[in-house]
Amino acid sequence: MRNLAGSCLLNVNQVLDEYFLESRHRLLEVAAFLDRLDRAHDGIDPATDCRAAALRDAIDVLLDGGPQRARHIQMIMSDPTDEPQPR
Amino acid sequence: MEFIEPHAHMIFRTTDDYQQLALTGCVAIAEPVFWAGSDRLSADSFEDYFRQLTESEPRRAAQFGIQHYAYLCINPKEGNNRELARAVIERIPKFLSRPNVIGIGEIGLNRNTRNELETFKDHVALALEYSQLILIHTPILEDKLKGTRLIIRALQSFKNLNPKRVMIDNAEEHTIGMIRDSGFRCGLTLYPDTKMSYSRAVDIVEIFGTEGIYVNSACDWGKSVPMAVPRFVTEMRRRKHPEESIRKVVFDNPMAFLSQSTNFRVPSPKALAGLVGKDQAGR
Repeated sequence: MRNLAGSCLLNVNQVLDEYFLESRHRLLEVAAFLDRLDRAHDGIDPATDCRAAALRDAIDVLLDGGPQRARHIQMIMSDPTDEPQPR
Repeated sequence: MEFIEPHAHMIFRTTDDYQQLALTGCVAIAEPVFWAGSDRLSADSFEDYFRQLTESEPRRAAQFGIQHYAYLCINPKEGNNRELARAVIERIPKFLSRPNVIGIGEIGLNRNTRNELETFKDHVALALEYSQLILIHTPILEDKLKGTRLIIRALQSFKNLNPKRVMIDNAEEHTIGMIRDSGFRCGLTLYPDTKMSYSRAVDIVEIFGTEGIYVNSACDWGKSVPMAVPRFVTEMRRRKHPEESIRKVVFDNPMAFLSQSTNFRVPSPKALAGLVGKDQAGR
């Protein structure tokens, strides 16, 4: 893969102007989803579900400051095995 | 801007959608086989479907000046039924001489099962025997990474396969690298929730470049957006990409791929003007 610096044609302010509100909206949706899980009426700990656990691992990726966060999150949410399912 | 929709299931859409597509610049559509929402009971049902794809849909599209092309197969989900798959594959060759048929697709995997993989290989062998293009569906969500690996491994077992005649679709951030590194063409499906958003698709174009990348709506009977490609055009403009880069992704690239089929015709006089001095197949 080529050097990614400058691959986005917008500058930082332009990216913020174009995408801040959308990203704010999506982040609030995730926060509200996690709140909703906590409020679910059966009281089961959502962390016991592999989907919720994967989501929390993905949120850690958002905070770690590393590159290619989208790709990294896709890998967290992927079946890592290589053999086909029997049926 | 003129565009080619390289993957749409128009049989499940209204005539109004054809009209809207024409109004937004669509000049040609390639339609692969899809799951109908419930499993079909016999190969006869597929034969009816193939007739619709090769008779009715071209007529419906032509009302609005859109060329319609078809890929034929049994889709990956129903391909898990090996008995049905063999019966359907046996019936495909008699449709391959129809004037709008350009390939075999969308074949691939759904849940990454052994049966699906065997049906996938049977389809690839058929495509090679009849010199057809191949359009490939990769599984969604957590199955995509493994499914894409299995598909590429299976394709590479065919020594006489030209990867430039194979479009692996539904690529995302974690699979596009392996698809391109293996020499295959690569499709991004603009689809709500389970596939690619417009902004992420533009990110991928910025990261990987425009070479060999296509975008499509894969619109079907589910929650999908027939006008996804023009919306992608808008997102590219929002990011300040020049018109020639946008045109390459939504017109030149799909035209180069589809032109490898002898049944594909240049979609319009404007398009023909753009081809002066170029090999139509982009080779």
